[in-house]
Amino acid sequence: MVNTKVNLCGLELDNPVIPASGTFGYGEEFSALYDINILGSFSFKGTTKEPRFGNPTPRIAECSAGMLNSVGLQNPGIDEVVQSILPKMQTYFHKPVIANIGGFSVEEYAECAEKAAAAENVGWIEVNISCPNVHGGGLSFGTSPKAAAEVTKAVKSVCQKPVIMKLSPNVTDIAEMASACEQAGADGISLINTLMGMRIDLKKRKPILANKTGGFSGPAVFPVALRMVYEVYEAVKIPIIGMGGVQSAQDVMEMILAGATAVQVGAANLREPMICKTIIEELPRLMGSLGISDLSEIRGAAHS
Amino acid sequence: MKQGLYIIAENFRVAKDLYKMTLLGDTSAISAPGQFVNIKLDGFYLRRPMSVHHYDSNTLTVIYKIVGEGTRALSTMERGASLDLLTGLGNGFSTDRSGTRPVLIGGGSGIPPLYQLCLKLKNEGKKPSVILGFNTEADMFCIDEFARIAYEVRVCTADGSFGEKGLVTDVLRDMDGYTYIYACGPEAMLHAIYDASPIGGQFSFEERMGCGFGACMGCTCKTKYGSKRICKDGPVLEKEEIVW
Repeated sequence: MVNTKVNLCGLELDNPVIPASGTFGYGEEFSALYDINILGSFSFKGTTKEPRFGNPTPRIAECSAGMLNSVGLQNPGIDEVVQSILPKMQTYFHKPVIANIGGFSVEEYAECAEKAAAAENVGWIEVNISCPNVHGGGLSFGTSPKAAAEVTKAVKSVCQKPVIMKLSPNVTDIAEMASACEQAGADGISLINTLMGMRIDLKKRKPILANKTGGFSGPAVFPVALRMVYEVYEAVKIPIIGMGGVQSAQDVMEMILAGATAVQVGAANLREPMICKTIIEELPRLMGSLGISDLSEIRGAAHS
Repeated sequence: MKQGLYIIAENFRVAKDLYKMTLLGDTSAISAPGQFVNIKLDGFYLRRPMSVHHYDSNTLTVIYKIVGEGTRALSTMERGASLDLLTGLGNGFSTDRSGTRPVLIGGGSGIPPLYQLCLKLKNEGKKPSVILGFNTEADMFCIDEFARIAYEVRVCTADGSFGEKGLVTDVLRDMDGYTYIYACGPEAMLHAIYDASPIGGQFSFEERMGCGFGACMGCTCKTKYGSKRICKDGPVLEKEEIVW
């Protein structure tokens, strides 16, 4: 019998598999396909203080082994999420959820995080300082260690729940970013958000996305994500959630070997809505075949 | 929504760059005409959303245009091959407000979902008129199929190579006594229909999609009643809620 349980910042997960923010909505659409209570948890759609429509369409472009999105944090605002969506979520998801929050100022991050953390079914706050699709916020906090530390401190000062900082790969030194967040009091690090990319329509001779650029995700980014998780593991002691192109139990295992405590699955949910169920079912078999009885045995093993 | 495997029963060319494919499998998730399926293709990351032309208890038919490499690959698939589909996606058309003389207006590759709608209206004892618009004669398809079930069918081509010369709105302006409008086609056509008639209706929209089932917010549009996801809250919007 293998043990897939992991401990993420003090809360136990049945398994390390977590759908990533922005690819799972608030869970409702997927709960029509399978019982999402089998998940370790999930990270809900990035939510900001005010409701947001997001960017103009087209917001989606296909790539080889992946996709671009420029959704731009469309969400109904934290008040609506806390008052309506989170109570309703308790009817179909009975575990603590990860509240993914975005912002355009340090104060906004803090206000949003405080409101989210007060909700009963929120277990962790994941702070998105890495959205490539909004201007004047998001990524601008995720490319400067000083700004990332400021957001971390502000959120930590108003939250009793674990704070996980979600990092962008669009930086020179991801380990430096992670260290800055850890020193500012972060309880965990999640990475990577999407890589900035572009596609051009040959007939229109213009970028496909109305926003011109978008975030690149999908299996093509997995090696980049894995390398960054590996680097961050060497730089910090706090738990890491690895993500970026994960689409199989093997990918999950590689992330854990690189140092991840838990693993998020993003774009794959859009192509294969039951992918997380498949991974969760496959994981114990894979562990068995590799002679692993507990995931903590192998966390970071690729470093020694 | 359901996910399942479907066997290709037929997949053949019906007009220039246009193919008709019938699939065998579970259609129980499909509940209304105008809904769509999302088809997974080997070698392409995103599924291809396609409106359902016709369905019954164990078959569904799509008619699709080759618009890129994905649909080109699909057009080469042979009978007996299987495809992974998500079915029962989107809201589809409602016939509640159609009245007795609805008019169905389709432009090019927007025509297919109107077929099942036309069947439903006919079975409800209504008299659906159909306007089918094409660029040119080589693009035409489905006319005989509609002729068998519609109260009347009027065909127009932009270049006048078949039927009435002009746009669907030219034909619409020539009609009277209709009680409701159902439309599917290019956005410019939908907008022109919207402006051409004061009669209420339902319009089916298209947008680039990520998931096709409401999770990614990739296809959101603005409406008078707030943001709507074309894939989940649409693709059919009520005329009164549309914001151009």
